[in-house]
Amino acid sequence: MIAFIIRRLFASIGVLIAVGLIAFVLFRYIGDPVNQMVGIETPESERVALRQQLGLNDPAPVQALRFLANAARLDFGISYQFKQPVSELIGARMPATLELAFVASIMSLVAGIPMGVYTALHRRSALAKLFEALSLVGISLPTFLIGILLIYLFAVTLGWLPSFGRGDVVHIGSWWTTGLLTKSGLKSIIMPAITLALFQMTLIMRLVRAEMLEVLRADYIRFARARGLSERKVHFRHALKNTLVPVITVVGLQLGSIVAFSIITETVFSWPGMGQLFLQSVQNVDIPIMAAYLLFIAFLFVIINLVVDLLYAAVDPRLRVAIHGA
Amino acid sequence: MTAPLLSVKDLRVEFATRRGPLTALDGVSFDLAPGEILGVVGESGAGKSLTGLAIIGLLDPPGRIAGGEIRLAGERIDNLPPEAMRKIRGRRIGMIFQDPLTSLNPLLRIGDQLVETILTHTSLTQRQARERALALLTEVGIPAPEKRIDGYPHEFSGGMRQRVVIALALCAEPALVIADEPTTALDVSVQAQIIAVLKRLAREHHAAVILITHDMGVIAETADRVAVMYAGRIAEIGRVDEVVRDPLHPYAKGLMAAIPTLEGRAARLAQIPGAMPRLSAIPPGCAFNPRCPNVFDRCRIERPPPLAIGTRRAACWLYDRGEVASPAKEAVS
Amino acid sequence: MSEITVELPKSEPTSRSFLGRVKDSDLLASFLSSKVTVVAGALTLIFFLAAVFAPLIAPTNPFDPASNFLIDSLNPPRFVTGGDPRFLLGTDDQGRDLWSAILYGLRVSLLIGVFGVLLGGAIGITLGLIAGYAGGRIDSIIMRIADVQLTFPAILIALLVDGVVQALLKGQNREQTAFGILVISIGLSFWVQYARTVRGSTLVEKNRDYVQAARLIGLSPARILARHILPNVMGPVLVIATINLALAIITEATLSFLGVGLPPTQPSLGTLIRIGQNFLFSGEWWIVTFPSITLAALVLAVNLLGDWLRDALNPRLK
Repeated sequence: MIAFIIRRLFASIGVLIAVGLIAFVLFRYIGDPVNQMVGIETPESERVALRQQLGLNDPAPVQALRFLANAARLDFGISYQFKQPVSELIGARMPATLELAFVASIMSLVAGIPMGVYTALHRRSALAKLFEALSLVGISLPTFLIGILLIYLFAVTLGWLPSFGRGDVVHIGSWWTTGLLTKSGLKSIIMPAITLALFQMTLIMRLVRAEMLEVLRADYIRFARARGLSERKVHFRHALKNTLVPVITVVGLQLGSIVAFSIITETVFSWPGMGQLFLQSVQNVDIPIMAAYLLFIAFLFVIINLVVDLLYAAVDPRLRVAIHGA
Repeated sequence: MTAPLLSVKDLRVEFATRRGPLTALDGVSFDLAPGEILGVVGESGAGKSLTGLAIIGLLDPPGRIAGGEIRLAGERIDNLPPEAMRKIRGRRIGMIFQDPLTSLNPLLRIGDQLVETILTHTSLTQRQARERALALLTEVGIPAPEKRIDGYPHEFSGGMRQRVVIALALCAEPALVIADEPTTALDVSVQAQIIAVLKRLAREHHAAVILITHDMGVIAETADRVAVMYAGRIAEIGRVDEVVRDPLHPYAKGLMAAIPTLEGRAARLAQIPGAMPRLSAIPPGCAFNPRCPNVFDRCRIERPPPLAIGTRRAACWLYDRGEVASPAKEAVS
Repeated sequence: MSEITVELPKSEPTSRSFLGRVKDSDLLASFLSSKVTVVAGALTLIFFLAAVFAPLIAPTNPFDPASNFLIDSLNPPRFVTGGDPRFLLGTDDQGRDLWSAILYGLRVSLLIGVFGVLLGGAIGITLGLIAGYAGGRIDSIIMRIADVQLTFPAILIALLVDGVVQALLKGQNREQTAFGILVISIGLSFWVQYARTVRGSTLVEKNRDYVQAARLIGLSPARILARHILPNVMGPVLVIATINLALAIITEATLSFLGVGLPPTQPSLGTLIRIGQNFLFSGEWWIVTFPSITLAALVLAVNLLGDWLRDALNPRLK
């Protein structure tokens, strides 16, 4: 088991290094760090000195290593547009995004899994048909349209909920801020979280439904029926557990992508998170932020992958043995 | 003869398709005495498994029983409400499927699967159920059952898993066990063991068995009677020794000639030319007529009913002597 | 599964080619059997026709600044009180006729979607065939890249590609480059699924007797891939392409909405929605509403077609 985790960790570090190299290429060759750091009137001699000082004249592998080493220390350089350290900028906006992603994940799981199970078990019922129709609409409506629709309904027409921002936030510790402890903060997160959750919920529902239908066709389900077990037992003891094994992986990755998807939601609701920062950096070709964000997302996926692997082993005995044996 | 345990009469199974219903089983009739072992043979697609599934009430839609009746100990069971039928499954009719590798839930310990089945059909306590599960595992020949009972299916070999499956099917002492190709997926070396276990347990628990297989050798060794199926119909049914030694129906003849024997080392295995028709293209008259070496005009027009010949019945016009009254004349449509 | 599947009738001798399967699955019959699918098909057709003939249908050319007058800006739709009869769906802040802008926007959205899907398909199919046929190290390199990319949402990849290409084309006029950048972004975001599917099928097909035979008689790998393997994987590829078309349209709209897609001077549906969103609070609801409805209906129709196609070509679901 420990050997397995260590092996996975090494594979993950490999992925991180690969993404880090891509980030380095972005950083070093697509944006010119010097041009971005100095004014137009800076004399050439100063530029040359700066190049030397930044180590831009060193061989590429040395620069790459330095970039990775800095990245490992969370030093991503200075943002072109804000003239501030990238890690500070991202750190200040991380709580908003993570909080939004967390609430949206919970929403999509709590709604998506039961809806998927229900539609698989009662394929012909009216409610299942409604869920399926809704899921198709959920997949077809772009996230930003859902956001606009919600704003129009609940902010413009009804005036119940704020249409932008995070509300009042409370500081926890030295750098974390939360909106979940204030009334305005809670009101503010409802619409963005629903917007972000809807698409994931749809995917989770469809996935659970498809997996469950697949499992219900399995021989052991037929054999369980042939032994006279109650439908309830067949569905919830035999089928659901087997359904959740493959679902865990996909759902894990889906939840990871919620953070990336929040770019859109944050734009619609002017949510002061990392996604907005990233979007601004794309618009302004602010390469250090783009590179750092890319690495952050990669890191997030690595963590999620690891958690998914562990969950998998907890659920599926076959894997436990495979892991022990390997 | 004692009152039959199972009586299937004119069973007809259809599949609804876009082009209208397809008849997969047609006019299947047989009786089964308590404790008797009936072998069912035929090519794949002949309707063997469907017969078993229809009896236990597990036909997958769009398949459905479209006619005839099934009686268990005199009581009709083909039209029971789902909940009543569920109580019969496992309790009075057990079923064993082809592939022991996929018949067990991979995520549940085998002990838990046994205990939940026992608890479903009896009023034993958890502890008693576990005792019973251990006893069953011993009976089916699992060594050191107290160690294996908390194992997961993947920790067992194929043969051992099929033993567990048999234990599961026999949990609640059903009077009838339907074994659908129970050894096909296993190594040849363990096939005989599994059949022996099945046969022994059926005898000890006084269970009748419907043994579905395409292996005539297994049937000849195990069964009391045999039904030969072709294209959803029973071609011939009778005592095993008679049918094997002297088959009546030309299809059964072909089938028996295809069994390799130790004595006839020089004899080529006979082949029946052609292939079984698809369900959508069953010819009029006798379904076997395009492949039959003894075919004559009547076979192409009129469908032969099961004709009684001694203790046997064969659906073939060769044996229609006029004076033979057919017990299932109404099956002709 | 036990014998039931075997005992189900096979309507025709199973031909394994795509066309054969189309016939086998009674594609047309299943198409007509679902009203929803027929409506979706008709709607998709209408959208494509409207896009192709936009210059003929639209009363004005919204891309031409000379035909729009600021004095006409923010007119409500014709059927609303105070609406100008010249503008069926009203006008935007530039005085552009919204009906014309939607038609042209549809054209742009569909063009980018189709080209993006074609590019993604070309990349994915090629890499999938190579990976599956070559195997070994080439296979593992390609599939490793695919795995890593798959962990990133397409929209993020598209944004990154967009950012990088913009940086590379620094100083170029955005109006000239936006179209190409979007197609490249979408193409590079959506190749993985094709590659995985095609690779899987190629692995299966390459061990079949007819491919072995083709090898023995000395056909070149390229020819075997193109003539023998490719036709057999067209079914799943078509399903992916249809579903990806919907995704590509959404992606383009999202990028344009986020402000990194098409500029307001040549708006796609996403750009129009971005513009309209600013007028949500001031009461000019039509600017955001009509492009949104068009976009939603278009994606929904294509998605429904994709769903149907997937089910119809999947023999297991029948």
